[in-house]
Amino acid sequence: MFVAEKNALSEEIESYVNKYGNDRSALLMILHEIQNKHRHISEFAQQEVARLLNIHPVEVYSVISFFAFLNSNPKGRNLVRICQTISCDMKGKSGLVKAIERELGIKIGETTKDNKFTVEYANCLGLCDMGPAMAINDQVFLQLTPEKAVELLGKVK
Amino acid sequence: MESKKTLRAPVSQKPLVIEKPENPEYIGGSVSIEINEKKFSVPLGTTILEACRQNQIHIPTLCHHEDLCVAGVCRICVVEVEGMRTLQASCAFPITAPIKIKTTSNAVRRSRKHIIDLLLSEHYGECYSCFRNNNCELQSLAKEYGVDHYSFGHIQNPRYEVDNSSYSVVRDMDKCILCKRCVRTCIDLQEVGVLEAIGRGHDTHIGTFWDKPLAEVICINCGQCINRCPTGALRANDPRDEIWSAIDNPKKHVVIQTAPSPRAAICEEFGMEPGTSLTGEMNTALRRIGFDVVFDTNFTADLTIFEEGTELIQRLYNALVKKEQVALPQFTSCSPGWVKYLEHFYPEYVDNLSSAKSPQQMFGALIKTFYAKRKGIDPKDIVSVAVMPCSAKKFECNRPEMVDSGFKDVDYGLTTRELAQMIKEAGIYLPEMPKSHFDDPFGEASGAGLIFGATGGVMEAALRTVVEFITGKKIENIFANADITPVRGFEGIKYAELPISDVGPVPKLIAHLVPDWNWLKGATLKIAVVHGTANAKKVMDDIKAGGKFSECHFIEFMACPGGCIGGGGQPIPTTPEIRKLRAKAIYDEDKSLPVRKSHENRHVVEIYNEFLTDGPCGHISHKLLHTHYIKRGKYIA
Repeated sequence: MFVAEKNALSEEIESYVNKYGNDRSALLMILHEIQNKHRHISEFAQQEVARLLNIHPVEVYSVISFFAFLNSNPKGRNLVRICQTISCDMKGKSGLVKAIERELGIKIGETTKDNKFTVEYANCLGLCDMGPAMAINDQVFLQLTPEKAVELLGKVK
Repeated sequence: MESKKTLRAPVSQKPLVIEKPENPEYIGGSVSIEINEKKFSVPLGTTILEACRQNQIHIPTLCHHEDLCVAGVCRICVVEVEGMRTLQASCAFPITAPIKIKTTSNAVRRSRKHIIDLLLSEHYGECYSCFRNNNCELQSLAKEYGVDHYSFGHIQNPRYEVDNSSYSVVRDMDKCILCKRCVRTCIDLQEVGVLEAIGRGHDTHIGTFWDKPLAEVICINCGQCINRCPTGALRANDPRDEIWSAIDNPKKHVVIQTAPSPRAAICEEFGMEPGTSLTGEMNTALRRIGFDVVFDTNFTADLTIFEEGTELIQRLYNALVKKEQVALPQFTSCSPGWVKYLEHFYPEYVDNLSSAKSPQQMFGALIKTFYAKRKGIDPKDIVSVAVMPCSAKKFECNRPEMVDSGFKDVDYGLTTRELAQMIKEAGIYLPEMPKSHFDDPFGEASGAGLIFGATGGVMEAALRTVVEFITGKKIENIFANADITPVRGFEGIKYAELPISDVGPVPKLIAHLVPDWNWLKGATLKIAVVHGTANAKKVMDDIKAGGKFSECHFIEFMACPGGCIGGGGQPIPTTPEIRKLRAKAIYDEDKSLPVRKSHENRHVVEIYNEFLTDGPCGHISHKLLHTHYIKRGKYIA
């Protein structure tokens, strides 16, 4: 990371701290902002957050490792999350997974070479009556078939 | 800790503090409860665990530790509270109303056994090959609750790699049961913040920032986590094999120096009550094991007083008389955990650290120069071992700059626990050993060196010498029996002022440094004593803000709560009670010694006449006995 990049990131985090306060309870909001903008929270960013909130870097890392929607390492531009809980499983989740894996040429948890997609499992998307469910970025798609899922991926830029 | 209320823990983990009425007789001052159908009266806000322990009712605990805040994560202490649907964790249940508690019911017994079974199902390893065998809280609970088979299975393969990157602390997370004592120790008790729970659910493990090896994160090596781990997940980096092979090699001259704290605590490893000094017995045992000579680190503790005291006088003289810009207050540098803490968290203050090495490293440098020359031994054939109550000393002796003798000054740092293990391996029962003395030429040390082991000890030792040097009067005239009580005790931060009304002549040894003491006449020496790095943080922040402590002249810092006697290499367990007994053992031994002041130690005076001929802080001592520090900073690359 270049010094200029670091300074820019520090300034950005400082602005979040100004917005949400420097109490440790502001941590999650700040992390969400960084995650939304950079799609990951880098090692440097985590230490900057820790420094500005006067907590230890390992505490920040601990929180990030706990939440599935926060990540330390960069992921693809689009996040595909397939519900892995029992209702969706019974409605044919495995067919969905196979089709997506074949289409993108990667396994669950991996990122495509062109950095376009990362595919992961998610625990319950909360729409068990409409399974199998899958989320692409912030949008949830329901009652999918393998064909439909592949078609949806094709529409993503 | 003493200052539990001010811990920086998240609100959920803070012990619930309920304002207690002054007099329990007042209405609402105390609550009558029923434990196992027996009536008791306890102060409002007492936890069920405390109430039971006060009344001799045993409740097993695992994640609970007297030094730490409440966690309530292990659930082993569950009890039945009448009217409540589920069992309650007694450590985290403050009593605020009359309740009926059952601690022995079938539900309680069965739950506790289940909890132990569940813990064991994730606990990899075999007891007989574990260093905590017979001293493991999980093992003794399994025995206590009659676990005879693994009802939820037993993990067959290791899940984690052992992290032995650090010179001091080895982490074997396969033995971890996630009680988070180490986390609370590191974050709340020591304010270092290396360890936290990483991940979620089944994947949770205790880890460092980005799961980096311990050597790469800002660990200060204090080893307090080792002392609080209930299992064998954390241990010190053990050099026993190397030391045994040096002992077995006839060409090697193996020298051992023993610090003051191990001798006050090693008795615990042999099943004795805490608080018995086994100095003489330990000397004999060390010789029988095969160490060629046994030295007393207290000797270089006395030397440290000369070097550090002289440095302080020089700094004060330069600041007050020469009006130079000098880094004051001067900080002690005996505790390698504290030194590394300062290098990481307050790098801008490294100039305040006394440049004098710690007693261990001073001795290392002297053994491979002065002693080697005197005995006609080639320093490369000397293996220098140091018994310390400390895991950070292992790191300290491996610092790249600690080679002033031309060799590695101290080859191995050994903890009290590891020494006890070596003594046992040699088939020796320590308490039955005859007593013997330390070897010459550093034979006897003063009581001042001895009390380095307890918090306030370095300060007391320094004052015994500095005050006599400046005023020319016996310290006994100011403090009865030379016991400087204002700096003793376990209060986290102690502060004292010492007015200097009269001055005497300058002693010959430092006469070339200051012409007279008149510039100190009427001055007030301000000192502070701090132990535990969480307290050190408070004092450092105060200094940064220009508060009371920035006006101090000399501050003693120790990384571990209680000073060295509560060090990370001391026998497990450690509690406030045990630390008190160990400190008492040290102060009692100090009282019984004929020489109790560093400057009255004839060997120290001798070494300045013979070897360090240009006096304290002179050229030779600067080369051998002083060091420099690194501004490490907090950033983890």
